[in-house]
Amino acid sequence: MGSRASTLLREEEIEEIKKETGFSHSQITRLYSRFTSLDKGENGTLSREDFQRIPELAINPLGDRIINAFFPEGEDQVNFRGFMRTLAHFRPIEDNEKNKDPIASEPLNSRSNKLLFAFRLYDLDRDDKISRDELLQVLRMMVGVNISDEQLGSIADRTIQEADQNGDNSISFNEFIKVGNFLIFCIFGNMNYYLT
Amino acid sequence: SGSFLLVYLYIFLVVFVGIGLPIEASAPAYQSHGTEGSHLTNITNTKKAFPVLAVNYEHVRKPFEIALWILLALLMKLGFHLIPRLSAVVPESCLLIVVGLLVGGLIKVIGEEPPVLDSQLFFLCLLPPIILDAGYFLPIRPFTENVGTILVFAVIGTLWNAFFMGGLLYALCQIESVGLSGVDLLACLLFGSIVSAVDPVAVLAVFEEIHINELVHILVFGESLLNDAVTVVLYNLFEEFSKVGTVTVLDVFLGVVCFFVVSLGGVLVGAIYGFLAAFTSRFTSHTRVIEPLFVFLYSYMAYLSSEMFHLSGIMALIACGVVMRPYVEANISHKSYTTIKYFLKMWSSVSETLIFIFLGVSTVAGPHAWNWTFVITTVILCLVSRVLGVIGLTFIINKFRIVKLTKKDQFIVAYGGLRGAIAFSLGYLLSNSHQMRNLFLTAIITVIFFTVFVQGMTIRPLVELLAVKKKKESKPSINEEIHTEFLDHLLTGVEGVCGHYGHYHWKEKLNRFNKTYVKRWLIAGENFKEPELIAFYRKMELKQAIMMVESGQLPSVLPSTISMQNIQPRAIPRVSKKREEEIRRILRANLQNNKQKMRSRSYSRHTLFDADEEDNVSEVRLRKTKMEMERRMSHYLTVPANRESPRPGVRRVRFESGLSV
Repeated sequence: MGSRASTLLREEEIEEIKKETGFSHSQITRLYSRFTSLDKGENGTLSREDFQRIPELAINPLGDRIINAFFPEGEDQVNFRGFMRTLAHFRPIEDNEKNKDPIASEPLNSRSNKLLFAFRLYDLDRDDKISRDELLQVLRMMVGVNISDEQLGSIADRTIQEADQNGDNSISFNEFIKVGNFLIFCIFGNMNYYLT
Repeated sequence: SGSFLLVYLYIFLVVFVGIGLPIEASAPAYQSHGTEGSHLTNITNTKKAFPVLAVNYEHVRKPFEIALWILLALLMKLGFHLIPRLSAVVPESCLLIVVGLLVGGLIKVIGEEPPVLDSQLFFLCLLPPIILDAGYFLPIRPFTENVGTILVFAVIGTLWNAFFMGGLLYALCQIESVGLSGVDLLACLLFGSIVSAVDPVAVLAVFEEIHINELVHILVFGESLLNDAVTVVLYNLFEEFSKVGTVTVLDVFLGVVCFFVVSLGGVLVGAIYGFLAAFTSRFTSHTRVIEPLFVFLYSYMAYLSSEMFHLSGIMALIACGVVMRPYVEANISHKSYTTIKYFLKMWSSVSETLIFIFLGVSTVAGPHAWNWTFVITTVILCLVSRVLGVIGLTFIINKFRIVKLTKKDQFIVAYGGLRGAIAFSLGYLLSNSHQMRNLFLTAIITVIFFTVFVQGMTIRPLVELLAVKKKKESKPSINEEIHTEFLDHLLTGVEGVCGHYGHYHWKEKLNRFNKTYVKRWLIAGENFKEPELIAFYRKMELKQAIMMVESGQLPSVLPSTISMQNIQPRAIPRVSKKREEEIRRILRANLQNNKQKMRSRSYSRHTLFDADEEDNVSEVRLRKTKMEMERRMSHYLTVPANRESPRPGVRRVRFESGLSV
């Protein structure tokens, strides 16, 4: 399995992905074999159905949102590059990057990019605000069907009230950061050392 | 002048109790004659008048003594906090040991034998409340996130300490000039194993006052709890061996097996009793009054059962508390929860105070055998081995950690490794056949004194000096709760995408198993279906409601209706009119929904709100500031809140910083 995966993925590509995402060589090859095992149609890209076949995502309350996060705006297929780009958000935050190039764009796993990623999972319409309805949708997904709309509405109201500072009745990215910051720093990084 | 009078009265009371103890300690000789005498005269000499007033001290002697000791301990505790500057500089534990020394000295001066900290009393009565209090309120999330690190420190760190100290002390004893050539290796290793373990009581007493950040706190505290298994095994092992004199490879292998049996067995016993307690609490809806007792008794049984089998009692207690808490809290009434919390705090507070006082008294009691070289070397080696152990282990651990331990963290972990009464009691348990027993005891006491006094007193200024991160003061926020759950789901999903069965995958599996099977059996009524987020929110709202009743923003007739006209908005910062409307609306909606639930959960003698209101009002009268009110309200409820930072030194009502999984 390993050899088949690495012959299909060229060295130059691996290098490019490494530079873009920061994953190591072995991690990239391992994730590539996972990619190909998910790719039932064997056309080098994954569709939404391929993701939905993963059992853990099927039972996950946020399954649909997570799947959506892999697909760029308006597209139905994601290639390996895009797959890795999304997963790169889950690498731990590195304080001393090897290339301290000020011109180079921020690494995908920087704190603000992680927060932005999480924010975008709430904010579906990409208007840079989490509105009450978007919050309600997420709450409904997490809480299940037994809770009344009214009660959920109260929770959403309370949440917005806590976070909202400029009074526009929605949570902007800056307000989101203030609330979620240190959590994400701790939790988001835990993925990587399993992937070695 | 009023307060001066009070101070004088207080001093008089203390002196009275303090003198009372040594005097009554010397009482026994006279009393028995007295009672016998009066009895005889009653029979033979019928013309004597019926004794209207007679003294029969023997009858109440034991309980009287115990009560007097506890009273002394509590009065001391009270006194320390009347002198604000003292309690800010010197940790309570030091002051209590000094008091013990004084009382012990007094008793000795009178010519009586001061009582020693009896190991039986210590292990069976004084230690369990403290451990149960710690285990029941253990912050689960930080603990499970760092459990690997904690285990490494607890197991490998303690082993390193024991062998390093034992070995080097043996080498020391080989030197002719020390005069201890009779001490063999096994005795030294036994001593090393006793003195190597970090003590939970001492750590709790000192760390509580310095409000260090959560990570370091849970590391040191978790280590002090989990090293019990290692200590038990090492102690029993070396005790057995030093009787026999030789060690074989088989013995070492059996020792390792024993360690796993002791630790896992303890956890298993605790978990079983925890499930039993949870299951019992399911049926207590008609007898709310005895609910707290179930919690206490099952936990104590867990401790005793595991001690019976020589398993780790501490781990059993912790496991019991951790396992039963989520289910018991879903079942019991609000008042029972408060009772449990306050009783645990109360008992552990008394226990801790008594332990330190008795340590002082036992020091005076002796017996002592002083050897300068041995004792000084022990103290130095203790520090050195701890520092080396922490640095070495952190170097290895940091390779596996995401959030690395900084040098400052390492320093506090090393410096916070205090020894305490467990080491003393284990030393005291050594049978008299050990020739070095007295020397060992003296050395142990010296180490304890050094760690508690020197390290305990200097750790606070050092924390300030090094600008170590303090505990984050954050209120329980629905945002945090939602985002934490959100991230849990997200990371579980991503682990699924990667095809990796990691931390989140198994946590999710455990959660699912818990929800579908376990909760159904252990939680009463329909509550088992309630998602955690909703439970959290409901508790938050309840807290808000009581707070608003408290501060007068809402009328007290909450259960029936909230009359809009009666609400008088006060000028309280941060609450705008818009927010008030919001809160009123939310509260009305939620309280009416919860009315049924609340009624069914309250005592049959009072309704929930009447009784609460009574308590609230009387407490409000005692407190002056609104901050105090809010704090008391946050103490009142089941909501996981932050840890407050009131005056140092007093045993606080503690909270966890996140819902249990």
